[in-house]
Amino acid sequence: MNDTQRITALGLALAAFAATALLLTSPAQAVTLKSTSVKLPESTRVFPGDSAGAKAANSYCLMCHSVGMVMNQPDLGKAAWLVEVNKMKNAFKAPIPEDQVAVIADYIDSIKGKK
Amino acid sequence: MTFKKPDIDTIVRRQLLQAGALGLGSALLARSALAADMVKLPLPGGPDERRLTHAFPQKGTMILQRTRPPLLETPFSVYDKGVFTPVNEFYVRWHWADIPTHMDPKTHTVTIGGHVNKELKFTVFDLMRKFKHVELAAVNQCSGNSRGYFQPRVAGGEWSNGAMGNARWVGVRLKDVLDEAGVKPGAVQVQFEGSERPVIATAPNLKKSLNVDHARDGEVMIAWEMNGQSLPLLNGFPFRLIVPGWYATYWTKMLQHVTVLDHEDTNFWMHPAYTIPDNWPQANMTPGEKDVKFVPINKMVPRSFVTNLTTGAKVPAGRPELVRGIAFGGDTGVKMVELSIDGGKTWMPTQLGRDYGKYSFRQWTTHVKLDKGAQTLMARCTNSDGLQQPMTPNWNPGGFMRNVVETTTVMAV
Repeated sequence: MNDTQRITALGLALAAFAATALLLTSPAQAVTLKSTSVKLPESTRVFPGDSAGAKAANSYCLMCHSVGMVMNQPDLGKAAWLVEVNKMKNAFKAPIPEDQVAVIADYIDSIKGKK
Repeated sequence: MTFKKPDIDTIVRRQLLQAGALGLGSALLARSALAADMVKLPLPGGPDERRLTHAFPQKGTMILQRTRPPLLETPFSVYDKGVFTPVNEFYVRWHWADIPTHMDPKTHTVTIGGHVNKELKFTVFDLMRKFKHVELAAVNQCSGNSRGYFQPRVAGGEWSNGAMGNARWVGVRLKDVLDEAGVKPGAVQVQFEGSERPVIATAPNLKKSLNVDHARDGEVMIAWEMNGQSLPLLNGFPFRLIVPGWYATYWTKMLQHVTVLDHEDTNFWMHPAYTIPDNWPQANMTPGEKDVKFVPINKMVPRSFVTNLTTGAKVPAGRPELVRGIAFGGDTGVKMVELSIDGGKTWMPTQLGRDYGKYSFRQWTTHVKLDKGAQTLMARCTNSDGLQQPMTPNWNPGGFMRNVVETTTVMAV
């Protein structure tokens, strides 16, 4: 069965069972589930610059997520970045030293503000 | 493993070229030409350029929102292909970076435990053998789909509209599995946990819960098949939870633990994460508003999109032109989709395509005659409960549940 036929068959079957949302089936041919190994791409990008803020961001942010997450954020303003960095530290347990929270927030605000 | 590279990037490129030829200005286009492997979404205030990638295993060409943990968006042109989203183009969203990269369906198990008579453990093959198979078409949509359009902008995955997909899911009813374990009296919620883990061991594992009656409603499923194929690893291989009509945050991937609770789940991922102002279906508040009550996000709301024309497209004026799209009703079916070409003053009906069940995408089509110049196309879905898409966007700090009537601006020539 090609995809179109399968979809058509499903549609007809659903029409026949219109009263119920669930369609009971014994799939004609079950999928084959095989042991699967994958390699996930890695990001090699880092926060730009060699300021204390860039160093702190590279040390504490990239443990959990790639830099693109930050680069794709809008210009949220310094206060919002402070909230975000504190959330990473307190809720998500990023091991950011207390005195580096504002350093990182200021740094991100500076690279966002620039555009 | 090799996967045929789809022609979506060609389509995206062509659309960009069309937009470029019209000289639509900075709202639509970068000042400099975009590289061939880039797309512009476009999100208000930027940054809105994203790279197209086909580097992720078992996935085709996707919009790269984040490499690690992966956030991959479906290029919007995919939704014009039909109501079922190709498996290799289905969006991907992970919370924590420690994702198993090896999965053996013979050994991966889901445990059913907590407030039950007997703890059970199943591989996917056990589930296949032991329980009745069911098939259901249902939309899976990220709570934050379209977050990038929130104004004022909010932090988070800055998605355009491509964090959604529709599939025919095959699996077993969660109800049957829970009944086998025997839910004890006094059960309140059922908690779900997958195999992903945070890099920092003390960080909270992603756990989500449904009320026990919902978990046993006969519609919530554990599924191992989507659109006739096994799930790609990044979509939850070997099986994931299916929660029809509810946001994807509950559709736990690589399901590992199902725990019946005799109390309400108050873990971080239920509250404060993934919460909305307590005024469903709006999920709306004023930025900065104080004393707003927040509740866990839950049922989806209706949405509709034009899929065959994109903003900036050039269409012939003065003759009937095909407009086609998709819609979904949220937690129930699509009653109707209407189209407006006068900014929402008047609405015309559209023809609905085949009905694959109330939780599925539904295609719609109509023809419109457009006067020369820039013209707006607005699609509006009304669901079977009479709930209609609003004309003004909602706002909340999580960027959740956008369902405003969307506008596609074309140039009639």
